[in-house]
Amino acid sequence: MPITREQVAHIARLARLAMDPAEAEFHAGQLSRILELVEQMNRIDTTGVAPMSHPQDAALRLRDDRVTEHNRRDQYQRIAPAAEHGLYLVPRVIE
Amino acid sequence: MTDAPLHHRSITAHARSLRNREYSCLELTRHFLARIEAAADLNAFITVTAEHALKQAEDADRRIAAGQATALTGIPLAHKDLFCTRGVLTSCGSKILANFISPYDATVVDQLNRRGAVILGKTNMDEFAMGSSNETSHYGPARNPWDKSAVPGGSSGGSAAAVAARLTPVATGTDTGGSIRQPAALCGLTGVKPSYGRVSRHGMIAFASSLDQGGVLSRCAEDAAIVLHAMSGFDANDSTSLRHPVPDYPALLDQPIAGKTIGLPGEFFGPGVDHEVARCVDQAIAQLGRMGAKTVPVELPNSAAGIPCYYVLAPAEASSNLARFDGVRYGHRAAEYADLDDLYAKTRGEGFGAEVKRRIMIGAYVLSSGYYDAYYLKAQRLRRLIADDFKRAFERCDVIAGPTTPATAFAIGEKSRDPVAMYLNDIFTNAVNLAGLPGLSIPAGFDRNGRPVGLHLIGRYLDEATLLSVAHRYQMETDWHRQTPPGYA
Repeated sequence: MPITREQVAHIARLARLAMDPAEAEFHAGQLSRILELVEQMNRIDTTGVAPMSHPQDAALRLRDDRVTEHNRRDQYQRIAPAAEHGLYLVPRVIE
Repeated sequence: MTDAPLHHRSITAHARSLRNREYSCLELTRHFLARIEAAADLNAFITVTAEHALKQAEDADRRIAAGQATALTGIPLAHKDLFCTRGVLTSCGSKILANFISPYDATVVDQLNRRGAVILGKTNMDEFAMGSSNETSHYGPARNPWDKSAVPGGSSGGSAAAVAARLTPVATGTDTGGSIRQPAALCGLTGVKPSYGRVSRHGMIAFASSLDQGGVLSRCAEDAAIVLHAMSGFDANDSTSLRHPVPDYPALLDQPIAGKTIGLPGEFFGPGVDHEVARCVDQAIAQLGRMGAKTVPVELPNSAAGIPCYYVLAPAEASSNLARFDGVRYGHRAAEYADLDDLYAKTRGEGFGAEVKRRIMIGAYVLSSGYYDAYYLKAQRLRRLIADDFKRAFERCDVIAGPTTPATAFAIGEKSRDPVAMYLNDIFTNAVNLAGLPGLSIPAGFDRNGRPVGLHLIGRYLDEATLLSVAHRYQMETDWHRQTPPGYA
């Protein structure tokens, strides 16, 4: 199913990817080709087959509810683009 | 000193010579650092950690002098730039992480450090491991030492180029759909991807979490067995890590091939395989037969669906995993933005390359409401059919064999404009990730242009030991793995 430039712009907005119209046009062609490849899946009947989300159908392991990490805030915030007084700085969200 | 140049010696030979003081870890490290510098045109490394390596080598020399050496003490290695290394740039081949100095070590890095291995540097790779040619790297393509106009494969392309050119004895890699085995094949190396859950993913920057596995690129199966053994094992920091005991892979290398049954799926030997690749693979299988292996035909009827299935599931998982790169906590942030949404979008629009954006968008699309059932659930159902095919095949054989790739290394630029042509490189490898099985590629000859051909061996779940022993036995009888690219002898 071919993807239009408008659809690409919509997906890009959902995925928070800034994209100009020329780039959206370029991706529309490529994404259409990829979806064409992906649709080969429909050649195989999967009626009644249970979806598989983990390669060995294993369940996620649970751990005891106790503190295992110590505070490394300063170490982690040293590599932040903008941090102050232990807080990550972003543009104002709530007026 | 010994007869063979240092860079042609195995890990076992180095360990013995280091213990006998024939040379020091410092000398060995300097030797490889000099080779890395001389081969800078391969673009195999993103970062060379020379100063840190020399310090680790001095520590290793002291440890050996104190009689506390392990099999890896003083052995130089390189890490794919997707494994977090504390205090060192960990870029994942991306502009968005081009300033990311990791505050912690990946479990794999920590395990190898604790055994005394010496880190020479971080290797080039396709951005976020998305690619089969190393061409999507923000740092430019790595080159294939067998032919510098050709790709080394990907995504662990820098690791493959570095080991092939003998710039390091061994390198780590990761494999989501073939990213260890395909570059190993294209560069004439041994590359092993273990069973899903064998090697910790903690500190391995995530691409597709249900498919990603760390592993090894090396010159021979013996070296791979030593390093894989050191990397494997349970890690509480990875929720999908296995509690199963890790067999002593090096001790199990000498298992006989006689009595083993090799399954040959007709689907892997079709007209899509280059005839010189097919010739080399047929000869390798005949060699295994002369060594006592039996062969049986097996069927993997849904294997053709592996590529479409993979290119739904891997992008879906990637689009979720890569949501964390937002310009707030670490990495690149756009210089100018109007508000928070604009900060996210500009940061990501500038920070990700075209292939990564494509995969994020495919992932967002197949997960979006209205398409979820038709794409994502359909792919998960196919995944079960593919995994069940392998289960049935392994009722009749111990190992499945075929070509690792349909063709040998292609020219830089040849496929980079056509994502679908690029994706088809992984046609034989990605079903193995979907099923979570161990897989390995070993050198099995050359095409008429002197480009290496890889033999692909797939094992039962958790049976890396049999794969490594078959590879090792084959390498005792053949010398494809000892060939060195001209100019790197």
